[in-house]
Amino acid sequence: MNRLIKYSLLSSMLLTQVVDAKSIAIVGAKVHTMSSQGTVENATVLIKDGKIQRVMQGDAALAGYEVIDAKGKVVTPGLIGASTSLGLVDVGFSAGTNDSNSSLTSISKTGAAFDVSYAINPDSSLMAIARIEGVTSAATSMGRTGQLFNGQGALISLADSSNPVIQARGFISTRVGNSGADTVGGSRSVLWVSLEKALAEAKFAIGKSLTPSDEWHGELSRADIAALIPLVKGEIPLLVDARRAADIRQVIALKQRQPKLNIVITYATEGWRVAKELADNNISVILDPEANLPYGFDQLGSTLKNAGRLADAGIQVSIGMETHNIRLARQHAGNAVANGLRWEQGLAALTINVARLYGIDDQFGSLEAGKTADVVIWSGDPLEVTEAAELVLIAGESIDMQSRQSKLRDRYLQLQSAKPMQYIRP
Amino acid sequence: MKTLDNKRQLFKLAAVAGLFALVGCSDSDQDKAKEPAFQINQNPFPSTYKPMASKSVLITNATVLDGIGGVFNDSSVLLQDGKIVGIGNDLTLPDDGVTVDAKGKWVTPGIIDVHSHLGVYPAPGGTAHSDGNEATKPVTAQVWAEHSIWPQDAGFQRALAGGVTVMQILPGSANLVGGRGVTVKNLPSATVQDMKFPDAPYGMKMACGENPKRVYGKKGGPSTRMGNVAGYRQAWSDAQNYQRKWDKYYADHEAGKDVSVPKRDLKLETLALALKGEILVHMHCYRADDMGTMLDVMKEFNYKISAFHHAVESYKIADQLAESGVCSAMWADWWGFKLEAYDGIQENVPMVHAAKACAIVHSDSDLGIQRLNQEAAKAWANGRRAGIDISQADAWQWLSANPAKSLGIFEQTGSLEKGKNADVVIWSADPFSTYAQAEHVYLDGALIFDRNDPASWPVSDFELGQPGEGDSK
Repeated sequence: MNRLIKYSLLSSMLLTQVVDAKSIAIVGAKVHTMSSQGTVENATVLIKDGKIQRVMQGDAALAGYEVIDAKGKVVTPGLIGASTSLGLVDVGFSAGTNDSNSSLTSISKTGAAFDVSYAINPDSSLMAIARIEGVTSAATSMGRTGQLFNGQGALISLADSSNPVIQARGFISTRVGNSGADTVGGSRSVLWVSLEKALAEAKFAIGKSLTPSDEWHGELSRADIAALIPLVKGEIPLLVDARRAADIRQVIALKQRQPKLNIVITYATEGWRVAKELADNNISVILDPEANLPYGFDQLGSTLKNAGRLADAGIQVSIGMETHNIRLARQHAGNAVANGLRWEQGLAALTINVARLYGIDDQFGSLEAGKTADVVIWSGDPLEVTEAAELVLIAGESIDMQSRQSKLRDRYLQLQSAKPMQYIRP
Repeated sequence: MKTLDNKRQLFKLAAVAGLFALVGCSDSDQDKAKEPAFQINQNPFPSTYKPMASKSVLITNATVLDGIGGVFNDSSVLLQDGKIVGIGNDLTLPDDGVTVDAKGKWVTPGIIDVHSHLGVYPAPGGTAHSDGNEATKPVTAQVWAEHSIWPQDAGFQRALAGGVTVMQILPGSANLVGGRGVTVKNLPSATVQDMKFPDAPYGMKMACGENPKRVYGKKGGPSTRMGNVAGYRQAWSDAQNYQRKWDKYYADHEAGKDVSVPKRDLKLETLALALKGEILVHMHCYRADDMGTMLDVMKEFNYKISAFHHAVESYKIADQLAESGVCSAMWADWWGFKLEAYDGIQENVPMVHAAKACAIVHSDSDLGIQRLNQEAAKAWANGRRAGIDISQADAWQWLSANPAKSLGIFEQTGSLEKGKNADVVIWSADPFSTYAQAEHVYLDGALIFDRNDPASWPVSDFELGQPGEGDSK
């Protein structure tokens, strides 16, 4: 039911967005479709009404299409920020409101109810800064609530749009490592009981009426219960920050007790030590492949090899845990590749794998007929730090390749000026 | 003041040579003058660094960046007795030497990170290991980062795998004056003295802007930028006053007067040495206007800022920075984590370079330090796209030569010039690529990291007997 509503909302949003969209053909590039079609050399990508129409090798009849010559270039699906707070924060601290953090409030005793879809600001300068570098959509959520859950996250488009939300209430995050324990009672012994209790209450409440006149004697607030019901039904993923092998095993055990849960592990620092169990239980991960230091006693086995080892075990790996610099996710993936991840998996970790884990792969993450035309034309291998996005299309529209940062650059490129620099308008 | 310093220096030498009695007698008949003037030991924690044993190494068939703008294709580099002998194809390897075929590979000077907190903010973290900020008073010039360094920080080995041979470890930026930084060689050791770069000058950390006012805003101040600046100026003024006391003491002593030794003040002593240029000032400063203010404070008190660190707005005043000879130590693309970092752009480094100012790529991060070559590569590529055409060979100055200059160690290291320390990295490929990795790292000619020989990798005591011991990190 929820899924149906989600998709009908989605398609109506896209239709209104692309009424004026042109038909575009990108020709001559090496195209990594991230679909079963694989990589196509000297390809033609046809885009119509904001959707991918077709990807084919060689030339096509292009009458009526605006043709973009991409010979010698590399084309990929738009990158999807796997774990960000985009749209929620401009400056992290000491600079006013930051919607990615919250203080305690009586509306929620667990943080599950908080809903970032109300807080997304598409005019945040971070949006353009990320999208001109090929990040076209993202998962965004709170970074800190001081409670058991970090609220309900959303999937958003990075288009210059008045309606950035692709899917509200798309996932819920929690933490079961040191930082989770430090937040909830100071011990895993407290944390896990709290987590189990929250999930059990939500399960119990399925199908029950919880209007203000109904009786409810649970520990959680009604708002929390409403947020957690889709989660315990497996309709949205539960993102669990777990780092050491023992914590990951606890998460796997939870999944075995509650097979309906759609669990994704974030960080998974020692995931390589339990890779087979993760694969056997069909749990995917979002990780930072550059984190390789024993920052705490819950991440002693950290290594740059983690991403490659997990992927080799058959686990779907996603990469991109950043906000201001989510554009660096491709460098992170490149470093994972330098340390054993197959290149194709490196690109999948930025695109199709992210779409799959959030259940938006019917619309995003690959260049396939019918999918939203989020497309990036790169100067070369996108995992190379010296290459760059040259043209970005979001829902079939080529975006303005400018940001606040590119304007600052252009203002100051020539320091000699007859007038003070504030009169220079690049 | 200079003359006095020189006299003092002479006197010190005489005293060391045991000739003070003669000097004293020739001066006057007074008994008092026979007592030598009190001399401060400026090196109470001397370096005990010893290079690892090495054989002569001839690296052949490589693409060599000499670190000062030169590129040599298909060339050899000879390392002998811990020093660079030269670059070329007419070098003779001694009989007991080793040849390393580096066909398809690149050779560069070792990377020097001018801004690290390894050891003072080590992994694992936590309050037990939070040793980087003496956040008890806004001016703590008396503290020395080397007294906080935990050499078992696994970050040192990780940095080594990234081709980092030398780094300056600094106190944090909570304070207006955070204390002394120290330059170390990245050789895994049990004590910091075993890592200290012999004869490197000390650094002194200062900080502009948000951090000090945030930390002290509710602890007695400063709570504003203007409060910060008043704090620096008062500190420098106190240091001048302190120096005058000592100058007077030495002058009076030399004149044979009956003088008592002034009370030492460790805080003002460090500041006074910075005023004299014997300690190099490294100042955390983001905004152009903050840097502009500090350039005037620098003139007011006649000292030198070696480098602004972070310097995310250096591109706005790169011409002024070039003129005043102050380096900028920068990230490639960090921005926005606080308001004074909001105007960070990805072309900062090449724009500073293009203005003929001294540009440095630094890390300030235990992750960033592992791939400073990629940070330089991003800055280089972004510069080219903006029309700033810098060669890779020139860009490597950001990683070795310029940091060495700002640390006062360029005579010894930072380029592959004849006679310099053989601090050298062999990269698996063009180091401006994401996929390139440091294969061999040489420090003073000794192979201290060999990626292809896992059994030879150093493992910190902390990681011994833990999950992942000896793993490829």
